[in-house]
Amino acid sequence: MLNRMLRSRYLPAFLMLAAMLALPYVLPSTYYLRVASMVFVFALAAMGLNLLLGLAGQVSLGHAGFMGVGAYAVAIGPTHLGVPAIPSALAGVALSCLLAYLMGRPILKLKGYYLAVATLGCGLLISMVLTNEAQWTGGPDGMGVPRLVLFDAPVRGVQTWYYVCGVALVIGMVLAINLTFSPTGRALRAIRDSEVAARVVGIDVARQKLFVFVLSAAYAAVAGSLLAFVNGHITPDSTSGFLRSIELITMVVLGGTGAVLGPVAGAAILVILPQALTVFHDYEHMILGLVMMACMIALRQGLVPALTARFRERTA
Amino acid sequence: MSILLRAEDISISFGGIKAVSGVSLAVERGEILSIIGPNGAGKTTFFNIISGLYLPSQGRVMLKDEDVTGRPPEMLARRGLCRTFQNLQVFFGMSALENVMAGRHRHERTSALSHILGLRCVGRENARSAAEAREKLDFVGLADLAERSAGGLSYGALKRLEIARALASEPELLLLDEPAAGCNGTETAQISEIIRKIAGAGITVVLVEHDMKLVMRISDRILVLEQGRSLCLGPPSVVRGDSRVQAAYLGQHGTREAHVA
Amino acid sequence: MRASAMTTELLQFTFSGLTVGAVYASVALGFTLIYNASHVVNLAQGEFVMLGAMSTVFLAAAGLPLPVAMILAVLISMVAGLALHRFAIAPARGADPIALIIITIGASIFLRGLAQIVFDKRFHSLPPWFGAEPIVIGGAAVLPQSLVVLAGMLVVLVGLWLFMTRTLFGRAILAASNNPMAATLVGINVPVIVAATFLISSLLGAVVGILVTPITLTSYDAGTILALKGFAAVMLGGIGNPPGAVLGGLLLGLAESFGAGLISSQYKDAIAFVILLAVLLLRPRGLLGGAALERV
Repeated sequence: MLNRMLRSRYLPAFLMLAAMLALPYVLPSTYYLRVASMVFVFALAAMGLNLLLGLAGQVSLGHAGFMGVGAYAVAIGPTHLGVPAIPSALAGVALSCLLAYLMGRPILKLKGYYLAVATLGCGLLISMVLTNEAQWTGGPDGMGVPRLVLFDAPVRGVQTWYYVCGVALVIGMVLAINLTFSPTGRALRAIRDSEVAARVVGIDVARQKLFVFVLSAAYAAVAGSLLAFVNGHITPDSTSGFLRSIELITMVVLGGTGAVLGPVAGAAILVILPQALTVFHDYEHMILGLVMMACMIALRQGLVPALTARFRERTA
Repeated sequence: MSILLRAEDISISFGGIKAVSGVSLAVERGEILSIIGPNGAGKTTFFNIISGLYLPSQGRVMLKDEDVTGRPPEMLARRGLCRTFQNLQVFFGMSALENVMAGRHRHERTSALSHILGLRCVGRENARSAAEAREKLDFVGLADLAERSAGGLSYGALKRLEIARALASEPELLLLDEPAAGCNGTETAQISEIIRKIAGAGITVVLVEHDMKLVMRISDRILVLEQGRSLCLGPPSVVRGDSRVQAAYLGQHGTREAHVA
Repeated sequence: MRASAMTTELLQFTFSGLTVGAVYASVALGFTLIYNASHVVNLAQGEFVMLGAMSTVFLAAAGLPLPVAMILAVLISMVAGLALHRFAIAPARGADPIALIIITIGASIFLRGLAQIVFDKRFHSLPPWFGAEPIVIGGAAVLPQSLVVLAGMLVVLVGLWLFMTRTLFGRAILAASNNPMAATLVGINVPVIVAATFLISSLLGAVVGILVTPITLTSYDAGTILALKGFAAVMLGGIGNPPGAVLGGLLLGLAESFGAGLISSQYKDAIAFVILLAVLLLRPRGLLGGAALERV
């Protein structure tokens, strides 16, 4: 049984599940559970982005925009429209997918830096709408998120949300692994390695790219909704801003695009680091910038692939 | 004999220079047809046009009596045309087996939704694709290297891997762009054997190749291009004796080899 | 009467658009210089503009005469440019383009954090060179400083052009940009060239930053949005193309100014990006970029 698990392609998901179940017994206070929930949330968004970047080789510098859509859906739905939170969240994911579809259709034809700047622009547009439509979103100061009510009982407690986020991440992971080892996964990796060769064997490059872009937007929207529930208050910058987008892509690259656990490692670093750095007050940004530079210079292939290579060397 | 592919009066120019001008060609079902010519004669450009990568400025391409001019390569693949590349276009981040499995893409039927959910039918389809892909790897003599990462294979093996991937899409017409370029004598002999086997399996082959010995040995017909124009078309014996062809190759190593062959 | 008021307004938008556009153009030009020599997209480019402006403000506040403060500020920005290359770009040679983008963003966050400590978090301005009294041109009120920015931009452009085409070192930069391998073979030290492009880019950014501060104000975090706009301007013109960068910058500035005036000032940044997206959809390699041809 154990042997089968170790060989399974789902091993990273098993590890993640085990870690999630064990952590509450190790962590000293609910503050750390909150931080861990944030790690899960951002890992989920980064995992979606990794499907786009790691699997299909396409960049997005505006992915936090889709997070923003998911986050504001669960805030605006109950507050302004009288729609319960869960249908609002689903509507947010659907809207996010629709936006990704409409934007992706034209811009995914672009390559390299042109795609980078186009996705950046799309992310900024979403962020600007959230900032400027103050009567709906509360403007730059953001808005409160009504507590989720399920079957007349409010869902509360750091611990509850910790498990919700953790389970969402494990599910996201299993789905990502499924996709990687499927015909679509092979088509996407083919596109990453050689677009022209993918086309001549009959892979519809435009369609596949659009599919994975929409899927990654769905991941981001789910993560955004969870972020809103966990935080209770959201602002355009904290959910959809340019620096959020950069943070997401940094998580993916820092963790390692080739590995399923990469985004989790990247998210852990980029979520925990600023928390740890708050003791340095004003020096926080300087140190964050330095760490980003140092990590990218020292770990080109990313953390997880570098560690696995080290591990293999040792055991071989 | 029926015509599988017909290129009619094809021309294309880049920045005012005509790379291909007025070339016509009718490929018959089941034959091995080679396109030769000095460097810069427009062979690969012509290939890129009939495989849908470039849009010709003039002329049209008919595949199985259907006008496919300007159709993208993925649509041509669905109509049974596949190709390999002069400069390797291997999926280097995948194993040899996965490379060939990717070639089966157009025959895979399960939906993207079932892929995400990991339904049982996807497992069965993966197994089917893997079995077919192993068969193709075996066909080109790479069965032992199936699990290896493509990045770790030798140049000659990668050339054959590309052919296996193209075969996996089950084409009726296979275009090979310099399949033996950069290969040593043994590897070239292997490639030549593979091409014969492909033709033996009923697949029509059109190839661009510099190796005259290979071309003269395996081709049913040869098209000679020079400076973007069609110089001569016929069986090897005729082409070898054609004075214009000899003139075009004068000073090129091809002449000597053509005579030797 | 109405028509002439309209013309005046349009003229007004044109002037303010060109002024902002000149800043974008200089950032975009800095991008292009560095990109051509090293294929690095330097998203810390906006920080040079901020450093030039903020250093001038604080050196002048410390009692230095304004011209001295300006020159020192440009030097400070150039030191930052050189340091960026030496400690962040050079060690990362051969890294993935996305990793390089992240490194330059890390550098930009670092410089912003540094500025927030060394300077402060408030907005600052500088005195305009020729007073704040608007000059009336064709009915439009134009700040004299706008003309200074435009003139400064022109001087910088001509200077850069002369440097690139008339001096041995400038020609070496062009050669290294066109073909690094061949440049190495004829004895050009390419790493030195790349360092030089960082130096020139930081000089460009600082100069324009100082010139424009009397109009736009500056603060420790002014660099990020400038880097994004500069990046957008580069892509609008077509990457790697210096005239394209200038054209892209000016067009972006004009689009913003007209968009803010005629459509919505809240969405002025959005208008610039919508235009960028529209152009890229019609011309996937920018306005002056060539056609793409797949070589296989």
